[in-house]
Amino acid sequence: MTDHTMNISENNFEQCLKCTVCTVYCPVAAVKPEYPGPKQAGPDGERLRLKKPAFFDESLKYCLNCKRCEVACPHDVRIGDIIQSARIKYSTKKPGLREMMLANTDFMGTVATTMAPVVNASLGLKPVKAILDSVMKIDAHRTFPKYASQKFETWYHRHAEADQAKYAHHVSFFHGCYINYNYPQLGKDFVRVMNALGYGVHLLDREKCCGVALISNGLIDQARHQAEINLDSVRKSAAKGMSVIGASSTCVFTMRDEYPHLLGIDNADVRNSINLATRFIFSLIDSGKAKIAFRPDYKLHLAYHTACHMEKMGWAIYSIEALRMIPGVKLTVLPSQCCGIAGTYGFKKENYPTSQAIGSTLFRKIEEIKPDYVVTDCETCKWQIEMSTSVSVKHPISILADALDFDRTTALNLKT
Amino acid sequence: MRFDTIIIGGGLSGLTCGIALAERGKRCAIVSTGQSALHFCSGSFDFLGYVNGFDVETPATTLAKVIPADHPYARIGTDRAIAIARTVPEFFGRMGVKVNGSIERNHYRITPLGIMKPTWLSLDDFNVIAEKSKLPWKKVSIQNIAGFLDFHTAFVADNFECIGTLCTVSAFNTPEFERLRTNPSEMRSTNIARLFEGNDDLIRRCADVINRNAGDAEAVVLPAVFGLLDSHAVEVLKAAVRLPICFIPVLPPSVPGIRTQLTMRRRFEELGGTYLLGDSVTAAHLEDGKVLSLSTTNLGNDALAADNFVLATGSFFSHGIEAHPDKVVEPLFGADVNAATDRDDWYCHDVFGEQPYMNFGVATDGDFSATIGGKAISNLYVAGAVLSKFNPIKEASGAGVSIVTAMHVADIITKKNE
Repeated sequence: MTDHTMNISENNFEQCLKCTVCTVYCPVAAVKPEYPGPKQAGPDGERLRLKKPAFFDESLKYCLNCKRCEVACPHDVRIGDIIQSARIKYSTKKPGLREMMLANTDFMGTVATTMAPVVNASLGLKPVKAILDSVMKIDAHRTFPKYASQKFETWYHRHAEADQAKYAHHVSFFHGCYINYNYPQLGKDFVRVMNALGYGVHLLDREKCCGVALISNGLIDQARHQAEINLDSVRKSAAKGMSVIGASSTCVFTMRDEYPHLLGIDNADVRNSINLATRFIFSLIDSGKAKIAFRPDYKLHLAYHTACHMEKMGWAIYSIEALRMIPGVKLTVLPSQCCGIAGTYGFKKENYPTSQAIGSTLFRKIEEIKPDYVVTDCETCKWQIEMSTSVSVKHPISILADALDFDRTTALNLKT
Repeated sequence: MRFDTIIIGGGLSGLTCGIALAERGKRCAIVSTGQSALHFCSGSFDFLGYVNGFDVETPATTLAKVIPADHPYARIGTDRAIAIARTVPEFFGRMGVKVNGSIERNHYRITPLGIMKPTWLSLDDFNVIAEKSKLPWKKVSIQNIAGFLDFHTAFVADNFECIGTLCTVSAFNTPEFERLRTNPSEMRSTNIARLFEGNDDLIRRCADVINRNAGDAEAVVLPAVFGLLDSHAVEVLKAAVRLPICFIPVLPPSVPGIRTQLTMRRRFEELGGTYLLGDSVTAAHLEDGKVLSLSTTNLGNDALAADNFVLATGSFFSHGIEAHPDKVVEPLFGADVNAATDRDDWYCHDVFGEQPYMNFGVATDGDFSATIGGKAISNLYVAGAVLSKFNPIKEASGAGVSIVTAMHVADIITKKNE
């Protein structure tokens, strides 16, 4: 515990000793010399910007916001926050159509799911990709995640909601955009696992996109608005004693830490109510509050990839330990590094080569190991790894759902 | 989550202790606030380099005669400390880190400015220099990468010429370095090292130029910026350069040091250890003179429980101990410290003199347990730079105390459980 009572900043920038360890671990600085690196862009630049905002440098946009600089910092300086806050405060660049489109996941998702077959087919077409590439500057190498024809919320209301009241314990589920619009199966897997553990799953009063893409694309007012709506729902859930569980590491990280640190929205009263699915589940089992049984015939070699925001939260241990509970799983933990996509960053044409260069060592390692699946808590890492390697990627909750002996687990938790 | 032992601090001492325990089948976790001082490592490990300003030649035979009774080595027992030190090269060898040197006789390492300092073990990258005032070459070719500012060739040449070695100085360039120089202020050792990772062609192209520039020199002197993730790049370079290479450590970050940190962490994790990077202990929960569990920033309350705990949090730099306006404290447990009470006694006015604060650190009882209010905490052990009563700079003893006390504490914990 460092005594920060003398600090004038909220992000500890006075604690920076210029040791350069952050730059050592910056995935961008390693491949893109145009980026000044976290020390220069963060605490060093901040000293200048405090003197005169004109010292702001637009090259700060190359920061992925992976926060690996903060994980590496021996003195608890929130370097990533300093850089992102500077972008919010000083950047004069207005978000364009591309930024609007990439960042408005709720709007795009709602439109796309209603016309999923058409949208999926056209986003895969060469001429469409060419237009996205040349006009929108969205790189043609990228494949947009497929949109589902039925939203998770719709499925939930039709097929799951009525059953949830019968369980002894209850949680709220922050499904996020990816589960709702692209991959409802992961949401269904979550409901299945939680139900077997004796927990009913409920949707929030109102849920908006966590706002991570809005923040990184400079749409700050909208991000604040959505954050307020989400926190209002979280507060209502917490008041009923129900934790709010997310499956996506980035959504959870954004609501817990980016809301107060970047958007200036105080969430201290409910921050601990916002939890990650694997952490919640592992803790239940580790503490003996729930029991879990697995199918004896489930045998796979899995490789766990630590997403950047998992690394920052320090919670990879929960996903790793949860996967290790499954007797038939051989688990390889991949060296923790950025895969390069960083949400919407890697979709932008100017970032594509950087994005692939950052991930290259990870992709090589995965091809070397050739696991049955790569497992990660982050959906955009999934897109990147599936595009860049021959291996499919699953969420740990889907692995648990597949490996689970549903009937035995249900019975075990009824008895206790 | 429950472990056999939880180690606070993920640097040289914490990792050594964790690996030593994990090698004996113990389930360990390391909690580390950010990266460690190995990132600033010279590439050599000192055990005891100086006594009263004079170079120590044979630490194994000298130690018992010169070390004060309250020094960590003396408190381990000088024979025991030497016996542990003898096992260290093999300990590193088991994780694939080759070190040269011996506790029987110190050798010399070359500093970034080209000065000779006595040391115990050096990573295989570096030369083991036998004599303080003589290099094994009459003429060397000092070569830098064009635009790299953290390797000071003029100082090195000056100091080498003082001890009778002629020097030529040159620089070499490639389009890859040219591109790095887009950002001259961040053209750092590690960014250069990354260019060489998996790019043997670039290394061989550099070797061609190095060979040409070397002329009639007997050795080539290069900055130690090769081999970040493993030592492959060093091996490729050594094979491609026609003369012996003398690597010189550069200003931080240290490429060989980071490689050592990464290798030690990998070894610890391969042995089943859990390494929690970027997390900090926020509270310790004690009962009846024992630590029960720790809370951390990331994991929350009562997250980490264990039978034994090791405090390997480093000195002032790593906040293992902190100087407040009126006192020096150990911030996690409020453990007793050995430190002068009067602030005026912390410093001496000669900046290069023997600074009393360098000897400040955590007080321990006979078996290296921490004490609080004079009472031993029976399952909290202390290792490395956070310990008191030694001066890593004046003695050149930092790495030795870190490694040897960590291994000693691992032995105590193992024996206690037997």
